[in-house]
Amino acid sequence: MPLLELDNVSVAYGRIEAVRGVSLAVEEGELVTLIGANGAGKTTTMRAISGIRPLSTGTVRFDGQDITRMPAHKRVLAGVVQAPEGRGVFPGMTVMENLEMGAYARTFASKAEHDETVDRVFELFPRLAERKTQVGGTMSGGEQQMLAIGRALMARPKLLLLDEPSMGLAPMVIQQIFRIISEINAQGTTILLVEQNAQQALSRSDRAYILETGEVTTTGPGKDLLADPAVKAAYLGVA
Amino acid sequence: MSAVLLHEAVGSVHAAIATDVIDFDSHRLFSNFWALTVEGLSYGAIYALVAVGYTLVYGVLRLINFAHSEIFMLGMFGQYAVLWGMGFLPRGNAYDEGIALTVMYIGIAMLGGMLVSGGAAVGLERVAYRPLRKRGAPSLTFLITAIGASFVLQEFVHFVLPLLTDHKFGGLNAQQPIRLVQETTVFTFFGADVTNVDLVIVVAALVLAFAVDRFVNATKFGRGIRAVAQDPVTATLMGVSRERIIMLTFLVGGLLAGAAATLYTLKIPNAVIYSGGFILGIKAFAAAVLGGIGNLRGALLGGLLLGVMELYGQAYFGPQWRDVVAFVVLVLVLLVRPTGILGESLGRARA
Repeated sequence: MPLLELDNVSVAYGRIEAVRGVSLAVEEGELVTLIGANGAGKTTTMRAISGIRPLSTGTVRFDGQDITRMPAHKRVLAGVVQAPEGRGVFPGMTVMENLEMGAYARTFASKAEHDETVDRVFELFPRLAERKTQVGGTMSGGEQQMLAIGRALMARPKLLLLDEPSMGLAPMVIQQIFRIISEINAQGTTILLVEQNAQQALSRSDRAYILETGEVTTTGPGKDLLADPAVKAAYLGVA
Repeated sequence: MSAVLLHEAVGSVHAAIATDVIDFDSHRLFSNFWALTVEGLSYGAIYALVAVGYTLVYGVLRLINFAHSEIFMLGMFGQYAVLWGMGFLPRGNAYDEGIALTVMYIGIAMLGGMLVSGGAAVGLERVAYRPLRKRGAPSLTFLITAIGASFVLQEFVHFVLPLLTDHKFGGLNAQQPIRLVQETTVFTFFGADVTNVDLVIVVAALVLAFAVDRFVNATKFGRGIRAVAQDPVTATLMGVSRERIIMLTFLVGGLLAGAAATLYTLKIPNAVIYSGGFILGIKAFAAAVLGGIGNLRGALLGGLLLGVMELYGQAYFGPQWRDVVAFVVLVLVLLVRPTGILGESLGRARA
């Protein structure tokens, strides 16, 4: 049974359907990518999974449970944690406070468990450890992205949703972020990634879905899609 | 010749009116400077506590909760009823129970005022604002609702409360004062008399201000409040229940308003009346704007500043100008700093 399963999910903004009948599944341990152009419905799909946008049809199942009607803040405790598009770093909070926000819904059994979680984040992102007391709003885009991912990890997600982690970042930083994403996945966290940077995303994912104007048009292993001529033409800028 | 006479006559009439209406008495200001400062801080501390309620709610909801002045008013009635319940009745003289007992009774009354105000604020949120949020109402609707709720609460105390309490509480007139403390000078400070009431007000307000500051800036729930103020969607994605944070915010604002109400009635024992929150509420709102609405420390600073400025202005221009001075100060500060003295929202303001 998949960890996450979307069945015939539609989401509408007023009369406009941004997502139409999307079905997809993410197995435990996988790194799955959702790629698509601007306005294809990627972020809307992510918001639907996190419960920020209500569905007009369809169901979302997570970890064997129907969470279609579960309020957004409770899904975090269930294990669905998102680092949102645009990073959503709390601008007036320090790095440390932002990380603590990631663990807001969670209760730690002990101080040691808390420190262990923080240490793990700092291992992945040594940069954050150096800047514990810096205010989030004054950090660079790359650092904010690290903070957003680190903060999501504080919640100990079963499923980590990453919405365009490469957006607006320099190529070097994108490389670094993707390496860390692979590492997080290798350490056992299931990841659903939304990306426009198809090259990086596809080469690192187990499977991928291509979303066009709100519908899934193609699906398959990442490496296969990378070689698919139609995908190449549309998303990789190669004819 | 006659024109000149007429001109002089008109001129002297003008001068007479001006000096009659506006005093421009710098001697009164400077010779009483420290006394005015002490008195101003005492009022300012009360404004500050009420201002926190405006600013916190604005931070998380972007709503000016105009009914907050009535939450304060209900707190005055709450503490009054508690005093009554403990057996204190209105009479001409102050009770004299000794320091320890008096402080304890005031503490209990304050607790009662805080519970009434806190409960009323949470109830108001539930009854008036939450249904609007569920329906996704535009912000203007919230504002009109706030003003409406303000009238409803006032008129409730005006007309309904007396019927429910056998005409003991509420109604058209102010409650007969119950005085637990006779205001007496404890010590003098640069020639300014510092009274026991001033001391209690300033100390209690400082303790509460410190507590709320620590709560917002150094606890998990405080982080939740700031998170919702800074980015409500992301806060939800972190597992914060926005509804619960909103409730908590109204509760904190209400508790402080109830405490402020108790302190205010120490200062002005006959202030307990259904319309008694109105002017004070507007001033506290002005204080919140003065300090930078949405900014917790701004509200505290704005309250103290407004209280002091208003007393200086009152001394210089004459007592009838007190309220005018408060609002002119607000307008002048906003002309220079449109976002208030400390600016920034609750969200961005870092300790």
